[in-house]
Amino acid sequence: MAALTGTAIIRNGSVFDPLNGINGDKKDIFIREGKVVPALSSAEQRDALVIDASGKTVMPGGVDSHSHVAGTKVNAGRLMRPEDHYKSVRAKTAITHSGSGYTVPSVYKQGYEYAAMGYTTVFEAAMPPLEARHTHEEMRATPILDMGAYMVLGNNWFIMRYLKQGDIEKAAAYVSWMLRTHKGYGIKCVNPGGVENWGWAKNVGGLDEPNIHFEVTPRELIRGLAEVNEMLGLPMSLHLHANNLGHPGNWEIARDSLMITSGMDANNKSQLEWGETKENARRRQTVYLAHAQFSAYGGTSWRDYCSGAPELAKYINQVEDVVIDSGSVPFGPATCMTGDGPAIHDLYMLSGQKWSNTDVELECGSGVLPMVYLKSSPVSAVQWAIGLEVMLLIDDPWKTIMTTDHPNGGIFTQYPQLITWLMSRKARDDTARECHKWAYDRSTLGSVDREFSLYDVAIVTRANPARTIGMAYRKGHLGLGADGDVTIYDIDPANLDQNDTAALTARLARPDYTIKDGRIVARQGEIVSVPEGRRFYCRPYVDEDLEKDMLRDVKDWFKYYTVGFANYPVPDKYLKNPVAIPVNQPLEAVMRR
Amino acid sequence: MLSEIILRSREKIGIMIEAEVIKPESLAGKSKEEIEGLLLWQGSERLPLSRFFDVELKGSPSSSPEETHILMQGDFSRVKRIGEGMKAGSMEIDGPAGMHLGAEMAGGSILVKGDAGSWSGREMKGGWRGMTGGQIVIEGNARSQLGGGLVGGQITVGGDVENFCGIRQSGGLILVKGSAVRGVGAEMNGGTIAVCQHILQPSPGFMEMAREESPKAGEVQLEGRYVKFSGDYALSKNPKGTLYCREV
Repeated sequence: MAALTGTAIIRNGSVFDPLNGINGDKKDIFIREGKVVPALSSAEQRDALVIDASGKTVMPGGVDSHSHVAGTKVNAGRLMRPEDHYKSVRAKTAITHSGSGYTVPSVYKQGYEYAAMGYTTVFEAAMPPLEARHTHEEMRATPILDMGAYMVLGNNWFIMRYLKQGDIEKAAAYVSWMLRTHKGYGIKCVNPGGVENWGWAKNVGGLDEPNIHFEVTPRELIRGLAEVNEMLGLPMSLHLHANNLGHPGNWEIARDSLMITSGMDANNKSQLEWGETKENARRRQTVYLAHAQFSAYGGTSWRDYCSGAPELAKYINQVEDVVIDSGSVPFGPATCMTGDGPAIHDLYMLSGQKWSNTDVELECGSGVLPMVYLKSSPVSAVQWAIGLEVMLLIDDPWKTIMTTDHPNGGIFTQYPQLITWLMSRKARDDTARECHKWAYDRSTLGSVDREFSLYDVAIVTRANPARTIGMAYRKGHLGLGADGDVTIYDIDPANLDQNDTAALTARLARPDYTIKDGRIVARQGEIVSVPEGRRFYCRPYVDEDLEKDMLRDVKDWFKYYTVGFANYPVPDKYLKNPVAIPVNQPLEAVMRR
Repeated sequence: MLSEIILRSREKIGIMIEAEVIKPESLAGKSKEEIEGLLLWQGSERLPLSRFFDVELKGSPSSSPEETHILMQGDFSRVKRIGEGMKAGSMEIDGPAGMHLGAEMAGGSILVKGDAGSWSGREMKGGWRGMTGGQIVIEGNARSQLGGGLVGGQITVGGDVENFCGIRQSGGLILVKGSAVRGVGAEMNGGTIAVCQHILQPSPGFMEMAREESPKAGEVQLEGRYVKFSGDYALSKNPKGTLYCREV
């Protein structure tokens, strides 16, 4: 019974809760009806689920702020890769569905595997507005996880038009209407300007190159969307997938892109009740760089290809307004899927693999391609090194988030392996020996001594992803009022041997308990209960007249869409347990000047 | 002396069986009862091998796959994935074999005295991992997708093939003594295919390089006049695949 009410006591664990500055202290965690509380009454204690966590590591539930787990491109990845599915199957149990797929699992398998690994919150990082219904349908079917989706807006015709006209208020009105209409969580900007050019088989080469027809530059798009973001006061900053992704020498354009938002103020105007934290749980950054690994390449061609991570890290170390997620490459099969159509086309030309390319009318595009990262391949070996360098060379862990950009750089089930490399120099050296020699020859990873502590790991897998996307009001920490999401690893910090890499990886992959809202959802990798997750989205508001003005433009250009205006929005029934986050209400800004 | 394992099919099989377990590596060193107890998927059910086949052991038992010979007697046309991933030893099928025969095989040899189903030497649809070594000889006809993704090894077909033989081939040799329908060597980028009679609809991405009298395809001496093509130019500008076809 206790498990059902979401009331639990986790006794004597070594707690790592960076947003509250708790670094391995022995502590009891009390959860009442799914929320962290300071204590339980003796009556409540009698009914509570009690877990003895002595000698174990206790962290908040994992938060993945950048993963591709729902939507049309994810499903395209499933459809075009039957070979990915028939060799990786999951049998049903009394309470779980069957599932299949290794690099792009079915929605059920995704939910169970994330939960089994200690993650309770996962955000889909690219939802094309026109495909929002499909994205929500897949999230609706995903068990256990709390989710949300960032909306792709970097090549949107309306945004490009308004920003060209310099009409930032109308752009803000459009974004706010779009987030409400499609139940989106934040703004994702993918290869700004370039994906629109891809409709003419072209890309953009630099930040100041105007694109075709709209004649707006990547710089104007990044600046404009970031201004809109802060004007509305969204919980998350702009999530940027930089131009020239995946090409040698692109670290410079990545750095220059991050400089565009320099000097802007982070402005989270969501009206929420914040759980108690010692550290500031609101984001500092005004730009959040996606999969830094793919944007930190040096050299000028694949011949002199090398890591550009030290240069990129050098800039990020100097500023306070940038957060990156790593998009690391843990080797093995992957499926590249991104809204960056031209980048995937270039991969197709290199690999000759099967390839899917999509244009999303008026809005964006996408490409999907199967991939294998081999230790024996010089390029893969350097990518592996860069994916770790971006985590290790940026000094402040509060500027980094550990991801694989699932399933682009690797699969989310490889996170434990990734953590092991971050925690153990020996693990990195061991792998480098199995790799092509470029791994250490063409990067600085071989000279990096830094090893992450469990506290650092808790920052880059929990606290910081939650803070960066504005979910730290309830996720990523165990302060009062936080969600009762807890992961208990069978790792004793007092006797931790981070160089016993096989054991460490195995323990990270199969936590003793994954607890969500005070209920056990997974026990040593077995799913034991399947609650329905929540779906988070933002409801920003702007001045009504401004919105009417803007909607006239939208309706006027709707003739270019192949869908009717009435069929465009995502109805409420598409969301299970929706949590709308009101933003900019009462109206503070975004009035007509 | 070799250890010989004989499997006899009994009655007609309904839903096709997934028999990836039938290969020297899995059967070597096992007793008759152990082999009979091995599980095979049929549709959604997992059933023991003895449900479909009679097992007999001959010769001196050996746990080494190299010294193991599997003789299969009867109709195996509804048995899929025989010899999948096989690395050593030999198999002989005294009748027709089903789909995915020797898929992703790496070594050893398979002889089929009858016809073989589609996808011989190749995994299921989607992936392009083909055979990397070993030898398959099919005395009868093979159907479509024979030797797709072939990386190494040799496949010989005594009769005809249908569509897309040697698709995505990058190494190894496919020898078809009869004719092929269409799509021969589509997207190939290495290795050799020889078709000793004719190709009904040749792939458009192949260029004629020469006409040769009794050329050698890999280690195999061909008889008669052949046209030598290279391709598939549909895949790349400088493809390394070679296709021989009997001059008409």
